[in-house]
Amino acid sequence: MASLPPIDLPRGATGAGAFDALAEGGENNVLFGFLLRLGDDSLILGQRLSEWTGHAPSVEVDLSLANIALDLVGQATHFLNHAGEVEGKGRDGDALAFRRDVLDFRNCWLVEQPNGDFAQTMARQLLFSGWQKLLFQALLGSRDATVAAVAEKAVKEVTYHEELAAEWVIRLGDGTEESRRRMQDGLEWMWRFVPELFDMDPLAAFVAEHGLGADLAALRPAWDRRVRSVIEQATLRVPADQRPILGGRRGHHSEHLGHLLCTMQFLPRTYPDATW
Amino acid sequence: MSKDWPLWEVFVRSRGGLSHRHVGSVHAPDAEIALRHARDTYTRRMEGVSLWVVPSAQIVASDPADDAAMFDPAADKVYRHPTFYSIPDDVKHI
Repeated sequence: MASLPPIDLPRGATGAGAFDALAEGGENNVLFGFLLRLGDDSLILGQRLSEWTGHAPSVEVDLSLANIALDLVGQATHFLNHAGEVEGKGRDGDALAFRRDVLDFRNCWLVEQPNGDFAQTMARQLLFSGWQKLLFQALLGSRDATVAAVAEKAVKEVTYHEELAAEWVIRLGDGTEESRRRMQDGLEWMWRFVPELFDMDPLAAFVAEHGLGADLAALRPAWDRRVRSVIEQATLRVPADQRPILGGRRGHHSEHLGHLLCTMQFLPRTYPDATW
Repeated sequence: MSKDWPLWEVFVRSRGGLSHRHVGSVHAPDAEIALRHARDTYTRRMEGVSLWVVPSAQIVASDPADDAAMFDPAADKVYRHPTFYSIPDDVKHI
């Protein structure tokens, strides 16, 4: 297991030190890290959403959430299988998903947050799918053919996720007194995890410069326009910016991720020969 | 919660050229969400290319008590079936 990475070093310091090792490993090493970010985001949110199965407000919503979860797990399979090939150590997507420890996960904090109530889940989905849609649109032009191909398939999926989440945010926000309160609370809870989505740390900058990834900071204006428009239609208020929480991209996670992995990884770790 | 939502009948066109067919129903608070629920419930295995949803309350149904008067008279009029035409092999879905 990797050791606990340092928390929020000054920007200049990380650029000088931590990523020299990556650069020495060559572009493949950076590409591996980039693919883990893409795959882990989808994987962890897919696992989170699947927790709703059997518990959603109605059987129809149950199916909606399970469908989104399956789309995300499908994306994760593609990204992590590709990551395993790039790494070249014989690990496939399953090995990366089920035999990796929490400090080696590279997903953002937003996706590992607990579901909370239905409004909180929809708040997370709107913020995340809105970002993922813009990201995948940008990745259509990735120099990595697999990334571009997965993005092309996935952009249609996440467009639907984002629209569905927007519909619910608008209905709950502009609904009853209780649904309105819960929807506003959900947005407030999730808002602090937004800056991490657009954070251009050295790895993100590297893959953007080399035509593999996207300029995340450049996605922010379009994301802001869309999310603010939905929140406005929902007659809610845009949450005030809070102190951003960063670190997921370097393996520094909230306590929630370990618990999620316990559930997700239990079976293949306990029965290594199991097949499905 | 769902018991408060109205019921919507769902119709799916499985391929271009075919009619929409009734496949079931969903609960939803309004028409747009009904379409999304219909999509997520009935087309998740590539069953369709087009969806209709109709408020179930808007369906006017025949009364089962009137079955005899409504449907029995057609039972002995086989000549109403256009079975005497030959249909070219290329024509599907008639």
